[in-house]
Formats: sequence, C-alpha cells, structure tokens
Amino acid sequence: MYVAVKGGERAIENAHRLLAHERRGDRAVPEISLAQIEGQLGLAVDRVMTEGSLYDRDLAALAIKQARGDLIEAIFLLRAFRATLPRFGATQPVDTAAMRVRRRISATFKDLPGGQVLGPTFDYTHRLLEMPAADPPEPATTESDVADSVGTPMPRVTDLLAADDLIERSPGAGEIDDAAPPGDLTREALSFPADRDLRLQNLARGDEGFLLALAYSTQRGFGRTHPFAGEIRLGEVAVEVFAEDAGFVLPVGRITVTECQSINQFHGSASEPPRFTRGYGLVFGHCERKAMSMALVDRALRARELDEEVGAPAQDEEFVLSHSDNVQATGFVEHLKLPHYVDFQAELGLVRQMRREHAARTTAGGESPADATLSDATVADATVADHTREAAE
Amino acid sequence: MNAPAYNFAYLDEQTKRMIRRAILKAIAIPGYQVPFASREMPMPYGWGTGGVQVTAAILGPADVLKVIDQGSDDTTNAVSIRKFFGRTAGVRTTTHTTEATVIQTRHRVPETPLKAGQILVYQVPIPEPLRFLEPRETETRRMHALEEYGLVHVKLYEDIARHGHIATTYAYPVKVAGRYVMDPSPIPKFDNPKLSNSDALQLFGAGREKRIYAIPPHTAVVSLDFEDHPFEQWRHPASCALCGDDASFLDEVITDDRGGRMFVCSDTDHCESRRAAPSQPTVQDAEVARG
Amino acid sequence: MATLTAGFADPVLAAQATFRAVMDATARPGTVVPVIDTVAAPPPLAAATAAVALTLVDGDTPVWLDPRLAAGPEVAAWLRFHTGAPLVDRPADAAFAILADPASAPPFEHFSIGTLDDPDRSATLILQVERFDDGAPLVLSGPGIADRATLRVAPLPPDMVARLTANRALFPRGVDLILTAGHAVAALPRSVMPVMER
Repeated sequence: MYVAVKGGERAIENAHRLLAHERRGDRAVPEISLAQIEGQLGLAVDRVMTEGSLYDRDLAALAIKQARGDLIEAIFLLRAFRATLPRFGATQPVDTAAMRVRRRISATFKDLPGGQVLGPTFDYTHRLLEMPAADPPEPATTESDVADSVGTPMPRVTDLLAADDLIERSPGAGEIDDAAPPGDLTREALSFPADRDLRLQNLARGDEGFLLALAYSTQRGFGRTHPFAGEIRLGEVAVEVFAEDAGFVLPVGRITVTECQSINQFHGSASEPPRFTRGYGLVFGHCERKAMSMALVDRALRARELDEEVGAPAQDEEFVLSHSDNVQATGFVEHLKLPHYVDFQAELGLVRQMRREHAARTTAGGESPADATLSDATVADATVADHTREAAE
Repeated sequence: MNAPAYNFAYLDEQTKRMIRRAILKAIAIPGYQVPFASREMPMPYGWGTGGVQVTAAILGPADVLKVIDQGSDDTTNAVSIRKFFGRTAGVRTTTHTTEATVIQTRHRVPETPLKAGQILVYQVPIPEPLRFLEPRETETRRMHALEEYGLVHVKLYEDIARHGHIATTYAYPVKVAGRYVMDPSPIPKFDNPKLSNSDALQLFGAGREKRIYAIPPHTAVVSLDFEDHPFEQWRHPASCALCGDDASFLDEVITDDRGGRMFVCSDTDHCESRRAAPSQPTVQDAEVARG
Repeated sequence: MATLTAGFADPVLAAQATFRAVMDATARPGTVVPVIDTVAAPPPLAAATAAVALTLVDGDTPVWLDPRLAAGPEVAAWLRFHTGAPLVDRPADAAFAILADPASAPPFEHFSIGTLDDPDRSATLILQVERFDDGAPLVLSGPGIADRATLRVAPLPPDMVARLTANRALFPRGVDLILTAGHAVAALPRSVMPVMER
C-alpha cells in the first residue's frame, strides 16, 4: 500500500523536540552555564569568534551551548546572526606593536627587546590526563606576568629586521591605497585574483583544520617556503574608529588577538636584493595554531607575486580561498542529505537504458553472466509499466 | 546580550537593496551570472540559501508563496523554508501552483504552466554550467565573456561517441536568448522546455556560490544538442498510479523488498488537483505492482 | 537650506513595492507599471523618480545627477540624507545616473558599460520623462517581449533609436534605462532592440 510522503511539518517539530532533549543531557547533572563555557572553554569561544567573524564572547558561548559543542555549528549560528547586523564602517588598523602582551615568543632570536614571554600555553605541558581529585585545589590566581610586561616596549621582530632592510616591507604597502577602505568579502562576492586584504579576511574566517593541513603540506614540500616563526604574540589591543562627524579617532574598546608573523626565505630577483619575506596571521582570542597556519598559507599564496614556481595546492589561490570556509563546506557536503529523488530518477532511467544497450551489444556477441541479471531487471521494468497502466485505467 | 530583532522577510534593507540591484542586472543580461554578496542565512549553504535570499528580496505582504522541493510541497526542506517566510514575512502560503505569486523551487518546474505575474525562484547549487568541465572560475568567466562554449559541446559529443546518446539527465545546459550558456539548476531535462518562452519571470539564486541569474518572460531558452542528436525529454515510460497521468514527470517508489514498485507524479499539487477534478479517472487505492 | 522632505512613510514595504514595479518593468520592457508608494521629493525630482532612487540607491552606489538636478543643492542634499549615496562628478564613475532633462542626456557610452567579464558592472540610468502617452512610438523586441512592444515616451533624446541600437550592439555590455514619469515606471534594459518599422 502506497503511503503518501506526508507529515514533513510534524517530522520537523519532533526532530526539534528530540534535539532539545538530547542537548540538555542527563537532567540529574546541572545545566552548563554560559559563564562556565566562556570562562572554562575559552579556547572554543575564541575559535567560534574567529571563524564566526564576530567578537562577542557571550554570543559565542551561547552558540557553543546551543550547538551542543559542535564548533562548526556554533560558528554557523554566529555567522547567521552577524549577517543581520548593520555595518557602520571599518575601524582604524589595530596596532599590535602597542599590544598589552600576555604571551610573546620568537623562534628567530634568543633574546630581544621586551624578552620572551611564555604566557598561558600548552606547549611544555606533558599531555597526561589528570584525573580530577575529589577535592581539587584551586590554581593560584596570577596577574603578575601580565603586569610585568605592561609598559615594557615590545617591538615586533619584523620591525627590527625591517630597520636593517633585511625583510620586505609589508607586502602591498605602497601599492594599496591606505585611505581606501579595506575590502570586505561579506559585502562583495570574491573574484580572482583577490587582493591581499580579501585574501587575509578569507583566511581569518577559514576553517582551522583546513588551514592547518594546507600549512602542513607546505612544510612537507608541497610549496615549501622555509618558514620561521618570527614572532607570535597574544594580548589585548585597542580598537579605534574615526568618527566622521567629530573629526577624530575614538577608542571603542579592547579585544584579545593572536598574531603570527612568519619569516620566510627569498632569494631575490633581478631587481630585488635577497631579503626575507613575510606571512601574516591574525585571529580573535587565543587561536595560536590557526594564526600560524594562516601565516604559512598567506605566504604560500604569495608565490606568484614573488615569482616562485606555482604548483602546490596551498599556492593555488582559487583552490584555497574557494574551499576554506567551513560554513559553506559543511552546508554543501551535508546538503546531500536532502532529497535528490528527481535527479536520481533521471539517472536511473539513463542507467537502465545504457544497460539495455549494453545487453543488446553483448547478446549480439554471445551470452555473458551479466545478462541474466540484466534481463530480469528489464522484465521487471516492463511488468511494472504494464501494471501501472492497468491500475490507471 | 541583545535579543535579535529581525526585519520583514529576515534580510536587512541594505542587503535587500544589494540583491535587488543584482536581480535587475540579471534580468537585463539574461542567463548571465551576476555576482552578489550572499549573506549567511539561518539555514545551511546548499539548502536553498540563494533561493531564500532572492525570495526575501522580492517578497511583499500581498504575495502568496509556494515552496516545493522535488516537486513536492511536503518534503521537509520545503516545509522548513515555507515556515521561515510564514514567520518572518507573515505572507500567505499555498500549495496550489495557480494561486501562488512567488514559487520557490528545488529541482523541478511545476507541471501547471505558469502565468504572467508569477515568479519562479530556483535554488541553485552550482550555477556554473561549465564547472565540471573546468573547475576554475577565472577560466569559466573568460569562456562566458568570449562566448567560447566549445567545451560543452565536446562533452556532449563525447557522450554520443561513448554511449550513442547524450548522457546528461538533469542540470542539462541551455542557451538563453542566443548568448549565455546557463545551468537550469538540477531539474530533470524533462523540465527544460518549460523554461523557454514562459509567461512567468524566472530567477535563480546560488547562495554559496554567490550568483544570481534570470530568464525574463518570453525569452528563448534552447537545450544544447546536435542536429543528428536532438535534445530529448525523458520520463519513466509509465502512468501515475494515483492520478493516471501519462505525461507528467514520475517518481519511482519502491514498495517492498521483492521488486515491488510504483510510479507517482513528482509534482504533488498537480497530482492532487487531477484527483480532485471530477472528470479525471481516479485511482484511490492503487494496487502495488510486483515484478 | 530649506528643511528636507521626508522619505518613504514605510521604508521597508514601500521599497519592496517600488522594487517590484521596477523589476516587472525590467522583465517586460516597454510596459508602463504604476508606482504606488511615492514620496514628496524636492523639485525637479518627480515622485516616481524619488521612489526608485530610495529603493535602489545607497552608500554603495555612486550617483551622478544631470545638470538640471545638480543646479540647486536641494536634490543632492535630499538624496545624500535619505540614501547616503556618494555623488560623483563624472558620468563614468556612477552606478546610477539620475537625469531630469533626458532630451539632453550625455551619450550613453559616457557612462560605465561594464566589461565582457563583468557586464553587470555597468550604470543604470534613471531617466525622468514627462509622460508615457506622447512622443514617437518606440517599437521594441527582445527578451521579456512576446512579439513586439510599443512604448511612447516624451521627451527623449532625438537620436533615441540610434542610441538604443548602439547600446544593444554592445551586448552583453551596455547601460540599462529606467524611465520614470509622475507615478509610473518603464524600463529599457540593454537587451531590448528597437525595431525599424516597415
């Protein structure tokens, strides 16, 4: 008996109810609070803000809770909310040299003005699971490291190298009109070749895992760029906007960012003396892996500009920028769950036709085991057609 | 935390203006894919965000909206999108093709011929008809600019050489108004002739790929083919088990694990209207055919 | 400066209705479509012209005003206040051009016609005319037109047929025209072809 495919609306409502139920989990366990997520799953919050392209810790925590900890789903929630916000304009460039630094390391100089500041890092932890004690001691609160660094000038490593002309100026500086507003790929469709501002925006919003794999591939020889971690710094920077009506720059707040500047080899060209080149990564919050990956991929994408041989995936601008966005990627991969009856029916008809033709060809040339199955299917087809015709009459 | 307050039809006015400008350019250059700054919508990319943005930009309180997926008003994604507009725009919705002023569709063109004043909005996954022949946008854009469509013909011709006929069954490429080769979205090629010289305006939205394109009413749309291998429609050679139609596009439904199956109209409104009409031969409890 | 007149009473729904009128006109070239929600704009801007501008123009679309509209400060001030559109001096820099003296419109190719790669990056000209029931009949064919459409517009540049023919020859590049008069719009997108009778 054919049951019409009805009840889509009720099915959706039920699915939503089940989801809410699963999201809550065991009712005997207290519900997780947004403050807990924000405070204790801070790196998840940072990633969601970075790839969600919206600096709001409260909303990111809410998104993580609503998404049951699925960070790409949380990023999607934040992006969809962001899309409805009015855009007032662009801020002044943030000055990371004036950062209130909490962590700053350089792999290129043993010591340097401002020193190395290890800060909060997993780097030298032993990855041993620590079973929670029945009555765990609270870790000591510490602000001293931060306080120490405040007021200490901490010039960027790249600026120190630039003073000796050992590294290129910021790529595009001079070519790009600083007064022109930066591009925004949430407001215009990306076209190729893309300017570096749009490229960096795309990478900053891009999926951490995708960029990590691409960056890794350059280290393994697919577009090798000989990178050094020139500097990684984490801390708070001031955000300022130029108030048109008042005519001066106005501070609007401070945000946490992680910046990575990679230093890469460059052998020089006919017109350029040999000097180091840069790759750049900047993300919201503390997303060090992402910032480093971004810097490596940014540098790889400059291959054409620097007259390097182009061939590796990480150097292919259209490939990288078209596939970096996890909200787009997850949507399109997962859309395969939607019904495709119509396309499939059309393909089904074609496959049957081609099998009939194939059978006709092979039968002409002699029996083969495949024919038995095939002719069964063909008979079945004919029967079905006959029955339906009868039923319709 | 601020509670979000959403605009009529969800999108903010600035976004609507941007989409509306893109729609006007799309109509002025039939078949050309206009880039637009597609927004993140509250449903996933690939699930109709392009169609939803186009619909949101054109929809007004006087409209009556119909949403279909695979020809059916009741598939879950169609229900979900219809509810979205019911909630954000408060528009009247319908399942009747003839009552609707705006029809958003995925993968089908309704069987009932559309009238002047109706707008058909297609959800498009991959708007570029040359994409599977050339993955690079920089290249395909150039081909459209120079009207270099040899590659599509080569692909279709390779089909003929290998299979004796063209092996494209859906998303079958068309040429619009004699200029642009266009992807009609993954509709079965059965529906292609309905695109040509329609009384209705047809708009296409691809959200993830950030493209909008259009076919104005009364515009020639030709399915690509060869003189000795003309374009052919295809449908299951059967009649609908419910309404008896032997000309509509059919879905095959598997009814058991012993080869039992039946064919029913893919367009549910078309099927229901035929069954409701007194003059049509009606089959209430169709016997399931067994092979 | 005199006080600015208001924009749409209901900006969201009026913009939607006006857009649908313009879209309908563009999809059916030569058809005159009424614009219901209009605004009291500073003269010489007509009601429909102002409504179309409020509907399509904003901070992302540079606007060029013809000498008649640019003669006094009122129209520019009104447009800037309600749309935030930057006003430009060169026709070539404009995404939209608004003309109240269509008979002396600059040659269409002085505006942006787009490129073969990006034909959509071309100007839309809003030509404010006096009436849709006067003037030499323009007989049109092309996408959106079942067979032939006839549109009467006055005033227009005397060489309008030649201009449309030249614009069509640029296809897919070219400018798109929106015509406004009183409370109505019509459109001549680049796809239309004037038909030489007989």
